[in-house]
Amino acid sequence: MIRYHILICGGTKCENSDCKGVISALEDSIKHNGLENEIKLVETGCHGLCLSDPNSIIGSLGTVIVVYPDAVTYAKVAPGDIKEIVEEHFINNRPVKRLVYDEAINGENLFSLNETPFYKNQSRIALKSCGIIDPENIDEYIANDGYQALAKVLTEMEPGEVIKTIKDSGLRGRGGAGFLTGRKWEFAADQVSDKKYVCCNADEGDPGAFMDRSVLEGDPHSVVEAMAIAGYAIGADEGYIYIRAEYPIAVNRLEIAIKQAKELGLLGNDILGTGFNFDLNIRLGAGAFVCGEETALLTSLEGNRGEPRPRPPYPAIKGLFGQPTVLNNVETYANITQIILNGAEWFASMGTEKSKGTKVFALGGKITNTGLVEIPMGTTLRKVVEEIGGGVPNNKKFKAAQTGGPSGGCIPASLIDTPIDYENLSAVGSMMGSGGLIIMDEDTCMVDIARYFLDFTVDESCGKCVPCRIGTKRIYELLKKITSGLGEMEDLDKLEILCNHVQTASLCQLGQSAPNPILSTLKYFREEYIAHVKDKRCVAGICKNLLKYIILAEKCKGCTACIQVCPTGAITGEIRKAHIIDQEKCIKCGACEQKCRFAAIIRR
Amino acid sequence: MKKKMTTVNFNGTQEQEAMLAQVIDEYKNVKGALMPVLQKAQRIYGYLPIEVQKMIADGMDVSLEEIYGVVTFYSQFILNPKGEVAIAVCMGTACYVKGSGDILNKISANIGVKSGETSSDGKYSLEATRCIGACGLAPVMTINDDVYGRIKLEEVDEILARYKK
Repeated sequence: MIRYHILICGGTKCENSDCKGVISALEDSIKHNGLENEIKLVETGCHGLCLSDPNSIIGSLGTVIVVYPDAVTYAKVAPGDIKEIVEEHFINNRPVKRLVYDEAINGENLFSLNETPFYKNQSRIALKSCGIIDPENIDEYIANDGYQALAKVLTEMEPGEVIKTIKDSGLRGRGGAGFLTGRKWEFAADQVSDKKYVCCNADEGDPGAFMDRSVLEGDPHSVVEAMAIAGYAIGADEGYIYIRAEYPIAVNRLEIAIKQAKELGLLGNDILGTGFNFDLNIRLGAGAFVCGEETALLTSLEGNRGEPRPRPPYPAIKGLFGQPTVLNNVETYANITQIILNGAEWFASMGTEKSKGTKVFALGGKITNTGLVEIPMGTTLRKVVEEIGGGVPNNKKFKAAQTGGPSGGCIPASLIDTPIDYENLSAVGSMMGSGGLIIMDEDTCMVDIARYFLDFTVDESCGKCVPCRIGTKRIYELLKKITSGLGEMEDLDKLEILCNHVQTASLCQLGQSAPNPILSTLKYFREEYIAHVKDKRCVAGICKNLLKYIILAEKCKGCTACIQVCPTGAITGEIRKAHIIDQEKCIKCGACEQKCRFAAIIRR
Repeated sequence: MKKKMTTVNFNGTQEQEAMLAQVIDEYKNVKGALMPVLQKAQRIYGYLPIEVQKMIADGMDVSLEEIYGVVTFYSQFILNPKGEVAIAVCMGTACYVKGSGDILNKISANIGVKSGETSSDGKYSLEATRCIGACGLAPVMTINDDVYGRIKLEEVDEILARYKK
């Protein structure tokens, strides 16, 4: 009899932290102890909690494993820990407390994964099966209600009913813009055409967002099934998944999923004997952020430079190869099967008035718990940062949260009680975007962050329209000027004017939203811009040209360590006497600051 | 995306050329097949120097300008061969706020190669990559197939030393 199921995270982070070594150590140890019939190992997708010890040494970051039935969570498991876990936990029934995730243990009491602050505030719909099932085994997906929604749709529902259900649920596109998914499907369904397409945008280019990758790695069938449902709803028999080539694990698992679905007759001709045909192809992207824009993605799928096209015509009317096309993002599809099975009302009961359901965020940056969190729309930023995220580490102060990546903005600490949904995020000058949520602390320079995002947009602008191609470049130059300490007050006005032009005149979303990082930081952190321009100071100590390294005489022990490490000989001083940095010679490399054991060197 | 032509001499083999010819044959009459052809060509050669682009232009009967246009549009297509020691530092937002920019500069100074370039002896290449989606490990870099997460600035020299032989 199986006593324990061990779920080992095989997501990208754990894959990079030797989860394969953990698995083979487990296999060896289980065999060695003759427990083959009592313990079952399952390599799953990401559990969402990307734990790793900030102080651990390189190469031993560890893997997340969860032991059921009690959901005991081990956070940073290395192959060397396995012997102890198997002998103590699986044989003597004494979980190894020193390895348990620290929020899942309080003295002698162990909590299951779902009781930890990180998980208990989440509602998992899109991530329902991620980290629970083996993504390379269709049987596990089916056992977890998989392909039930497709069967229900094909045997009990008319295409119109499917569209009505999705419309009534209030599901909006999770890729950024938030258009009503059901309405999109309706437009495509209304077109009379002998060929239509269903496409999936898995070109997750937003830096800091990785929920789509996690869904495809952890639960690829949910997307395959949902695309077939969309095909039935709009009358399409072929689909394309456009996925980033940078996600090899996701591509591989998707290929396996499609193959398995075909073998079982859940894709292909005459699905479940209903006469409905649907086939799926995978196309790899080649790394262009603009291809996340729907018309650019379709142009790229056709084999060209991925430049956007003017809308209208919208893809639902004239999309891939000129045919009516539905294009949704991965997370949007991941909600579909649950809506079909549980009903539109169930989904609409979650969230806020205009934003229904949940949203997955990739929580990262200066935050204790990094990883994927799925929360009901309307959850406040405070709850995400302080409860789920466990706060900002190292006793630093929360400064801002960045959502929406290069198209979004920064939400300042004063607005931490903002409920997160489409409307509220737009109202504060940011946007939902694909769900990156980067937390910044007092050591982050907001002008530098704006410059960082513009650097990205300038690089990724496709060059088709002038406002975006030249406008973003000029904005970048102004920001560079300010962060280099050469800014003048009138540059701030120029920035605002330019941003407004780029926003209104650009052809596609990339250009239209590119000014958001600047406008939002100008609005909430104007004093930082002014400090850069007027006082030539970077409060966060990031902008190199504006900062000075200074030795605090009262802390300096005169050990000469900094003198030896300084590459330009800028530091002088005698042994046991306070040293001095010659600002003329200093190149601000920071080597002395790292070397000093007495925290006597600071940036100012 | 700005791309620089390579300074490393092209030394493709006849074998590689035959493989490419086969790929071109396979896709020659498929509509809009340029991207998969370029992806396969890059897998054969490791990069897409102008010599290879010319072969594809001739074989597919597409102008070299159009091919160069597509190659330079997508960041995955590279004009420089990767070095024996291929270093890539993630510049995603999570990594950036955790100091990956400083890490990139330090590596660049250490090996004497600018971001996006390959040393002319082909030993090192350095690249600032887009978000690799391992934000839980930020800041992250990869050297060949090895992944280094939560790197600290002071560890950089020690990590690089492992590849200097």
